Amino acid sequence: MALTSAPIVAATGVSKRFGPTEALRDVSLAVPVGETRALVGRNGAGKSTLVGILTGLVRPDGGDVRFLGRPAPPVTARERWRELVGCVYQRSTVIPTMTVGENIFLNAYPERRGGFLSWRAIRAEGRRLLDEWGIEADVDARASELPPGQRQLVEIVRALRLGSRFIILDEPTAQLEAAEIDLLFTHMRHLHDAGVSFLYISHHLDEIYEVCDSVTILRDGRVVLSAPVQGLGKEEIVHAMVGEAGVTRALAQAAPRSASSGVNRKPVLAVRDLAWQRWFSNINLDVYPGECVGLAGLAASGKSQLADAIIGLIKPDGGRVLLNGRAVPPGRVDRAIDYGLGYLPGDRQTQGFCPDLSVEENITMTVLDDLGLWRSIDYGRRGSRALALIDRMQVLVSTPQQRPVELSGGNQQKMVFGRAVASNPQALVLVSPTAGVDVASKRVLLEAITEAGTAVLLVSDELEELAICDRVIVMFAGSIVREFARGWQDPAMVGAMEGVGHRRH
Amino acid sequence: MLKKSAGSIRQRLNPRLLHEVALVPAIVVALIAGTIVNDAFLTQQNLINILQQSSELAILVIGETLILLTGKFDLSLESIVGVGPMIAGWLVTTKLTGGSGLRLNAYIAVAILFLVGMLVGAINGFLVARVKLNAFMVTLAMLILLRGVTVGLSNGRTMFDLPAPLVYLGSASWLAVPASVWIAGTLFLVVGFFLRYHSFGRAIYAVGGNPQAARASGIRVERVVWIVYIVGGALAALAGLLLTGRLDSVLSGQGQNMIFTVFAAAVIGGIRLNGGQGTMFGALTGVLLLGTISNILTLSQIPDFWINAAFGGIILAALLLAKFTSGASEE
Repeated sequence: MALTSAPIVAATGVSKRFGPTEALRDVSLAVPVGETRALVGRNGAGKSTLVGILTGLVRPDGGDVRFLGRPAPPVTARERWRELVGCVYQRSTVIPTMTVGENIFLNAYPERRGGFLSWRAIRAEGRRLLDEWGIEADVDARASELPPGQRQLVEIVRALRLGSRFIILDEPTAQLEAAEIDLLFTHMRHLHDAGVSFLYISHHLDEIYEVCDSVTILRDGRVVLSAPVQGLGKEEIVHAMVGEAGVTRALAQAAPRSASSGVNRKPVLAVRDLAWQRWFSNINLDVYPGECVGLAGLAASGKSQLADAIIGLIKPDGGRVLLNGRAVPPGRVDRAIDYGLGYLPGDRQTQGFCPDLSVEENITMTVLDDLGLWRSIDYGRRGSRALALIDRMQVLVSTPQQRPVELSGGNQQKMVFGRAVASNPQALVLVSPTAGVDVASKRVLLEAITEAGTAVLLVSDELEELAICDRVIVMFAGSIVREFARGWQDPAMVGAMEGVGHRRH
Repeated sequence: MLKKSAGSIRQRLNPRLLHEVALVPAIVVALIAGTIVNDAFLTQQNLINILQQSSELAILVIGETLILLTGKFDLSLESIVGVGPMIAGWLVTTKLTGGSGLRLNAYIAVAILFLVGMLVGAINGFLVARVKLNAFMVTLAMLILLRGVTVGLSNGRTMFDLPAPLVYLGSASWLAVPASVWIAGTLFLVVGFFLRYHSFGRAIYAVGGNPQAARASGIRVERVVWIVYIVGGALAALAGLLLTGRLDSVLSGQGQNMIFTVFAAAVIGGIRLNGGQGTMFGALTGVLLLGTISNILTLSQIPDFWINAAFGGIILAALLLAKFTSGASEE
């Protein structure tokens, strides 16, 4: 095979396991020279793992990666990987304490003589690149002073500057404004015309039609479809992402919950005109007694930030949160709990529990003031409260004194849920309550949600979780864009979350 | 276009540079205050005195700053100031003066002194960067260990009657200025230049600013950390050599409690303890400010413990000042 006809990157039969989970299974993907390939899939489909393998940060368990027909270098040879593939990662790799110019040239400075660098060249070259990209930032400004969109552009400039002929963009537009996105696409088209190949990851399907030649769709760690974009409908893409599971679930969710009905109900939890930074603005929603409302959206939609603002982890810039008509002081988690809110954070490991305290202590953490006279801790009362919660949530422990790190993810989550309901809240805010738990625990948790009897705001992008909701509100790019009543179809929901039919901003 | 260039000029004068020279007025104030308070202050002899007494501290601060910039730190530097010269002295002196009686060649002993510093730095760096142990505990344990070795070797006594190579640098004067001042000054220039203009220097900042980003851009993070620990150890050994020369002996408690002043100078000089921010110039101003104040207080015959209290107060004030001048742009 002549080298020129070999694809710029070809992964063949790549697989990767992380413990019990199979992140990638026999994945093959080849991007011909000069092509822009989209890579799409729902969360957990294996996109990040594949990007890790193609950038040399993750070593595959099996399979083979080639660049222009030559085998990929070992993962230790960072320099060679950097020459082969440029990557803009989802997570920021800007160094906030350094200047914009330096960030552009990080560890690949112009005019290197014996390792010495020329600040004049960094400034001049940096200024030229910033002008070329139309970024209105000073080369000498600290990166921490830039707004997020410009930081992202700086990363893109850095990756493209190295002159790699193959560039991976992992959700580059998640934090960009519409004008910035257009700018990025203009540059991508220029580079595309110059023969540069791209792997473009986005949750925004419209973008794929705008800049990509072809698309590869991952589902559950496998490639389910690879095809040219032309002639491929959005519906087909969404269907491939979701699979066949959608239909059966629509039937399962048909039975309405025992939500109290009536027109003159007052909402338990009401959100009015809530806004925070660029994450969300003008958010209004109501959750009525006994109702379970889903809040759906992707990571960049602002839904987690909204949940944080409701419970008080974030102090919003404007708007109010009302519980039974009383305004909760903003930014005060303690007051929110006093007023009757319960919260299950999305990141169990960092926000869910204290790993060095016992299950008993963790599960009673929200009711510390209620365990004895004058806020003292009556150990007997704490023990019985803990046991009751452990029973209610069916947390499998050998003793309440066990440390949560010894529990499975599912039992940890049941414990965290127990903590959220310990104060007998009138409204619960739950963020991805069944993420990363086993099937049995998932059932217990979902039952606990439906049987809680309280108003529930369930923040999630998992269709299985959203299926138990009485209605689902969809957020996209910081705004509420749609509402579904019970009985929705999976593709419609996924499409709404991916912003189908919505040009952002 | 005009607007843009005006903006960029403002940017350049903005917090970064201001932060750099923030202590210069403070030093000027201290100098004026010293002149008013004491007639003996503003004399050539006393000013050189300040510089000489600050020089060992200054060299330690250079080493600590390099380590701090990567986001780590090393408490054991002060114990290298003691243990390096003590081992060297022990190897060269007779049993009568408290040594081993080996009478090793003094130049080899000087080389060993530096090797000891680098070895300690290498061990610290290995444990912190590779084994990923907590820098505080590792270097605290090393500090206690080396302090014990120093006292043990000398039986708690001062070692004296040292050969010329061990005392020359710390006692010589070049062009009427102590050699240690020349050395410290040159090191500030060289290391400052290196940090700003060499890619390894920039890698140090990158590692401290965001280690993941540094790794993703091809910087070998662990290696950078390891190297700064070794360089820090070597510089601490040099500080020990100069101190030995100035005192013409090795004290069993040599270097003790210096590390607090080292951190004070670095922090006052604008070195961020989390890494990634600060310059050699800033660190130098921190050293000079503390040296000047300490000199004034000593001339005014204020007891040592009050001087310590003053240093503590200055550190707190500097931390608050740094928070308010840069607080807005920090995330």
